[in-house]
Amino acid sequence: MDLGPNAPFIWTAYGMVAFVIAGLFTWLVLDGRAQQRRLADFETRGVKRRTGPEATTTRSEG
Amino acid sequence: MQTFTQRFANPTQFMGLSARLLPWVAGLAAAIIAYGLYLAFFVAPPDYLHGEIARIMFVHVPSAWMAMACYALIAVSAFGLLVFRHPLADVSAKAAAPIGAAFTFLALFTGSLWGKPAWGTYWVWDARLTSVLILFFLYLGLIALRSSIEDETLASKLTAILALVGIVMLPIIKFSVDWANTLHQPSSVLKLSGPTIHSSILTPLLVMGVGFLVLFIAMHLKAMRNEILRRRVKALQLAEVARAQSGQVTAPAE
Amino acid sequence: MSAFFTLVARDLRLAVRQGGALGTALGFYLVVVAMLPLGLGADLNLLSRIAPGVLWIALLLSALLSLGRVFESDYEDGSLDVLATGPLPLELVAAAKALAHWISTSVPLALLAPVLGILLNLELSAYPALVATMLIGTPAVSFIGAIGAALTLTARRGGLLIALLVLPLYVPTLVFGIAAISAMLGPDEVAPPLLILTAISLGAVVLGPLAAAAALRTQMQ
Repeated sequence: MDLGPNAPFIWTAYGMVAFVIAGLFTWLVLDGRAQQRRLADFETRGVKRRTGPEATTTRSEG
Repeated sequence: MQTFTQRFANPTQFMGLSARLLPWVAGLAAAIIAYGLYLAFFVAPPDYLHGEIARIMFVHVPSAWMAMACYALIAVSAFGLLVFRHPLADVSAKAAAPIGAAFTFLALFTGSLWGKPAWGTYWVWDARLTSVLILFFLYLGLIALRSSIEDETLASKLTAILALVGIVMLPIIKFSVDWANTLHQPSSVLKLSGPTIHSSILTPLLVMGVGFLVLFIAMHLKAMRNEILRRRVKALQLAEVARAQSGQVTAPAE
Repeated sequence: MSAFFTLVARDLRLAVRQGGALGTALGFYLVVVAMLPLGLGADLNLLSRIAPGVLWIALLLSALLSLGRVFESDYEDGSLDVLATGPLPLELVAAAKALAHWISTSVPLALLAPVLGILLNLELSAYPALVATMLIGTPAVSFIGAIGAALTLTARRGGLLIALLVLPLYVPTLVFGIAAISAMLGPDEVAPPLLILTAISLGAVVLGPLAAAAALRTQMQ
């Protein structure tokens, strides 16, 4: 495909778009997995949010 | 409208719904963007003035559209938080900011690369690029403010106020930048493509625009899911600390 | 209304007694303006062309310096809590403090500008235009700045953060301030940019305190 004399500009532009979107995608996926791991870790340790009348009630998310 | 948002008000319900939706939305985004790229490179003709370089428009303009749409979403979320105390409003706003900043950066970057062959310089202070640059600063401000406040509830409300101040100022800023531009005419004026946009250019542009929108929705949903998980983790950390402090430490599972 | 003016007078008295803040802002203004020819070269033609812009931008930066203190000292010693529960609504408290900032800092800076204009070879016919547009535009500087001060009251790195938050919001004031000066010196009509500048300042005076009070209220609960 001949994109003329300014082809490098076109490729760099599209390349950066692909790079940033891929980067966002990767971050979102990895971050999600990290949070799932931490939640699973709490699960195995039996930590729950409302653990009884003695514990401080925590604010729910949101 | 109220019941629609109410249905998503429960974080657990949101998690369930978004888990089902996400693969479809992501797949749809990929398909639309793929089609858009095909149109952009194989169907759209070269620009009569700038030649092939105008193909950058097919990522530059959708990026700019998303940058603006995302800020509007943040402002709506801010309103939802402050006025309606919607439980997911802050999650939405916090998740959207980095994505919006990324699209703004892309708009600036691709615009700059378009500028060099088209106008001879990597940067020009035309009204459009300048407005996007200031929008980028507004995003940075939101992210910086949130990161410098420890208490989450406080951070959510203050960033919401800042977002609303920003959305009120944005049209004024855009207006002033346009004004300044007519005062100091740049050496050449950016035209999208000729006097009117031909459908062979418009169609790929709109397709890419829709593709970017669906992509944004997918990323935003995922980011919201991550944020909800993150807040659950924090709540559990607090619960664990509280239990340890009150002397009820569970023995770790061996 | 007398409570409002009492608060303004009290803030002004405090500013006078503390002295240092204004002096620092004026000194900063002087230093920044002086750095420019050193950095750009002493081409007097160039300097006189950019002088209005330089003087405006340096004024914005100098005003930013003192904005952090608008609510800070009262917040730290608990006076802000007293003011919040007093007869004045918090919006008027914020307005009073912004007004005091304008009188004690922005106006002196605007009056110093023509003196600094000498350093930049600003043409003499521009002096009245410069001061007039600064006096009209600086209420926006103080009142929009107050929003930033309120938002960053309890934030870390508040000083730098104010600049990042508030400078983009200053763009319209800057643009129309410069446009008004150009119009006064040139063939263009003066009314449009001047009226718009006035409108921006008035809008800031009315809406700024609303946003600032909301931010203050959030942090004082």
